[in-house]
Amino acid sequence: MLTALRCVIYRDLLLAVRRRADVATALLFFVIVVSLFPLGVGPEANLLRTIAPGVIWVAALLASMLSLGRMFSADHADGTLEQMLLSATPLGVIVVAKVIAHWLVAGLPLVLIAPVLALQFDLPQPLLGVLTLSLLLGTPVLSLVGAIGAALTLGLRGGGVLVSLLVLPLYVPVLIIGAGTVDMAAAGLGVEAHFLLLAAFLVFAGVFAPWAIAAALRISAE
Amino acid sequence: MLEIADLECVRGGRTLFSGLSLALRGGELLRVAGANGSGKTSLLRIVCGLLSPAHGEVRWHGGNIRSLREEYWKQLVYVGHSNAVKDDLTATENLVVACTLAGMKVEREQACTALARFGLAGREALPAKVLSQGQQRRVALARLLLSEAVPLWVLDEPFAALDATAVDCVETLIAQHVARGATVVFTTHQEAQIAATVALTIDLDTRAVSC
Repeated sequence: MLTALRCVIYRDLLLAVRRRADVATALLFFVIVVSLFPLGVGPEANLLRTIAPGVIWVAALLASMLSLGRMFSADHADGTLEQMLLSATPLGVIVVAKVIAHWLVAGLPLVLIAPVLALQFDLPQPLLGVLTLSLLLGTPVLSLVGAIGAALTLGLRGGGVLVSLLVLPLYVPVLIIGAGTVDMAAAGLGVEAHFLLLAAFLVFAGVFAPWAIAAALRISAE
Repeated sequence: MLEIADLECVRGGRTLFSGLSLALRGGELLRVAGANGSGKTSLLRIVCGLLSPAHGEVRWHGGNIRSLREEYWKQLVYVGHSNAVKDDLTATENLVVACTLAGMKVEREQACTALARFGLAGREALPAKVLSQGQQRRVALARLLLSEAVPLWVLDEPFAALDATAVDCVETLIAQHVARGATVVFTTHQEAQIAATVALTIDLDTRAVSC
């Protein structure tokens, strides 16, 4: 079971390395969207500091959604998905592997580059750590929930737009709590409760999403 | 071993076939024949468990494959219409990944040997996108060489895009597998010459089973 998990993660990372352009697009999109705000809003430091967490979080949501379409559609098109459905390993495990690989490729780079981008907003240094940690807990939830939408819209025409309509509302709680964490820290309040909530989202999604993704894939592949 | 009981398949509101029953004991070769659109691929997908039938069930050693799931899939090799070959991976990587997913432990050397036997020697390290259609099909079928212990092969148009040498190679593989007491279910539009003691043909147009 673990062999298959490792094999699928390795395979997806290998594919990402061989198609670097796809990975770079989502990351550059994130960088550009976040950088547009200081240019558009103007150099008003207080305002920038206030909007920073929200802007970075919204940009992270959109950037992580850009790569959702590719998550299963390539495997669906070349028949690999059929082989995954007929695998000796439970589909849930394979799905977890795919989500982990998606997060490593599309989520982790956002987390790592976010503190650098936050400097444009003059975010104080202690808040950079809070922002990074909130994204570290939140982006895996985005990958898990997004994968449900990607699996449901598999093989549909215009699936890309539909997946955003399906998934974005589900991202709302993560966005509120995630951006709220940094706001709380900025106000000098305790952030523990927010972090625990984000962790709870992650555990909840981690337990139930693979099951939902597997069920959706079986339906979409018929 | 494999039992098909009163199967009915409906696609897009049209009944493709109904009341299809068949039992295979092992050591048999079943060829599914029929015109385009008669439901050959659908039947194979139902037998694999990828598609749920409108009525009836497929049983493996007496158990419904819907409840056996991974237990059943462990004993099945399905080579579908599409090759399940990733463009950006090399032939060897493709083969190793496919085998690992099927629950087999395959080393690189074994994969290379299998590819070489399929006439892909020297091309193991090339990305699959530079291989021709026929060569990609060979990569997909090379899995059969490593799946000799798997008791059920379901092959959808295995000879499509293959040249005469490769067709011979696949025919021999199938014949050997059937001789070992395993079951092979396949479809083809070409005339296949496969030596098997029990060779059945089911024609989906007439719903007749002939030897």
